[in-house]
Amino acid sequence: MQIKGKVFIFGDNINTDLIIPARYLLTSDPQELAKYCFEDIRPGFGQRNDVQGSIVIAGENFGSGSSREHAPLAIKGAGIKCVLAKSFSRIFLRNAINIGLPIGELSLINEFKEGDEIEINFSSGKIVNRRTQKTFEIKPYPPFLQEIIISGGWLNYLKTLGTKEER
Amino acid sequence: MSLTLAEKILAKKTGRKVEPGEFLLLEVDVALGNDITAPLAIKEFYQAGGDKIYDPEKIVLVSDHFTPNKDIKSAEQAKQMREFAKTQKIKKYFEIGRGGIEHVLLPEEGIVKPGHLVVGADSHTCTYGALGSLAIGVGSTDLAGVFLAGKVWLKVPPTIKIELIGKPKKYVSGKDIILKIISLLGTEGANYKVLEFSGEGVKNLSMASRFTMANMAIEAGAKTGIFPVDEKVIDYAQERGYKAEPLLPDNSAKYEKIYKFHLNEINLQVARPCLPSNSKDIQEIEKEKIKIDQVVIGSCTNGRLEDLRIAASIMKKSKVHENVRCIVIPGSQKVYYAALQEGLIETFIQSNCVVSPPTCGPCLGGHMGVLAKGERAVATTNRNFRGRMGHPESEIYLASPAVASASALKGFICSPESL
Ligand code: SF4
Repeated sequence: MQIKGKVFIFGDNINTDLIIPARYLLTSDPQELAKYCFEDIRPGFGQRNDVQGSIVIAGENFGSGSSREHAPLAIKGAGIKCVLAKSFSRIFLRNAINIGLPIGELSLINEFKEGDEIEINFSSGKIVNRRTQKTFEIKPYPPFLQEIIISGGWLNYLKTLGTKEER
Repeated sequence: MSLTLAEKILAKKTGRKVEPGEFLLLEVDVALGNDITAPLAIKEFYQAGGDKIYDPEKIVLVSDHFTPNKDIKSAEQAKQMREFAKTQKIKKYFEIGRGGIEHVLLPEEGIVKPGHLVVGADSHTCTYGALGSLAIGVGSTDLAGVFLAGKVWLKVPPTIKIELIGKPKKYVSGKDIILKIISLLGTEGANYKVLEFSGEGVKNLSMASRFTMANMAIEAGAKTGIFPVDEKVIDYAQERGYKAEPLLPDNSAKYEKIYKFHLNEINLQVARPCLPSNSKDIQEIEKEKIKIDQVVIGSCTNGRLEDLRIAASIMKKSKVHENVRCIVIPGSQKVYYAALQEGLIETFIQSNCVVSPPTCGPCLGGHMGVLAKGERAVATTNRNFRGRMGHPESEIYLASPAVASASALKGFICSPESL
């Protein structure tokens, strides 16, 4: 799996209230949620034209706080292709895998600036920053999680499991 | 065998020894959803081709976040959940007036029991760790997976032991202890791990304090918090009409880290905005005379009867300061009724508090006490993130019911000792 896009940079501790404030949780429609994605730290972000197809790079503890799956859904709905962060909070990571939003742990985030064009190859775990031409590595998913992602998310995985068991 | 509490529960489920880092596919005992997370799970369940749910007996649905419904959209969401419960014959569906805040309700109703494996589409599902159950917050897709197949995937977590020693001082409760622990561990200090609260000091903590501590384990990033099943838990079970067996960690269990806390050294705590880990001793905060506009006493963290008793005992002394609005929210219909019978509600009303029906309400900036720009609140809730209770430029200070009540009377953040 290969992803290319322009980078938006965010800081540490981007919690789920910052990704999608609770006052917008009155729907679970990704397109609707996307409009308010990152609203309280970057008002209007979700309505920008250049967010579609972009990549978010953030610091530590991305997605902490609530279990709301609306957070990765809002990000996915906004057309953001992938989130790279120094670290992820547990439930966010789980939700992202379950709904098929690619994420990756990247330690050298300071090597990236807002607006950089980058390329990510998920099979090899390599990232190239087009501006500096430097390459970086992300940790690959453990095999079990890769299986879930390849199945197209947790529910699809469960369905294939059901047919396996019946056999 | 030498296992931690979490490993013991998982080993029992799988019928063999488990190691941290392993991935398991497990049947759950209880799965929970609320009016925010269940609608999404329901949608995903049907989209995935689901028809009848795997086992309605395991599912609990609680209408508590935006209820009594604050507007048309929230009413639509609650309705989806209500209709799903009917269609799927889910008996453990809790409507307003018969329920309360999920994490106060499930233990109180005896639905979650010691030794259970629980998943909830709500991050504070970890609250049930107070009962010695392994209770893990998950997302809506995970809940949909339980609807579909009764199963979840889990990675066996490493455990950090929090060894508690001695007795807490006057007014110091579970809230202060957990805030202190989080301030030392940081908001990521226990990421993906279990916080096991054990040691001889546990016996000096009430069930309410344990619920509060397990509730906030996630604020240190933990997968969950868990307490042993000791006599207090066994009594708690008995009061709810079921029997519980003791469950203790093995002496030689392997921990990733061990932290020791002498309970008598912990002072009343207040966490400054915008992280639960920003907590300081009350003595330090009180000097600053931080003026407040609102006080919220309630939530799944501190909305139990014991919390209201402490609050009322302090409120009795005077009236809420003229510049302060004080909102008291009993955690469940049962807590509300007991508080009414004990005269606590009367005390609150006479002190000029407003008493709200059981709801999450202001805890997540939903309704019943949303803050305006520049306003400041002291809340007994668990998160003081930016914008959590309303305007992005409002502020939340986290504290225990004792500190919150004293602050409501004085108009600035202070200790009940200084009244
Ligand atoms: S009271 Fe607050 S923290 Fe608890 S379940 Fe409700 S919104 Fe979540």
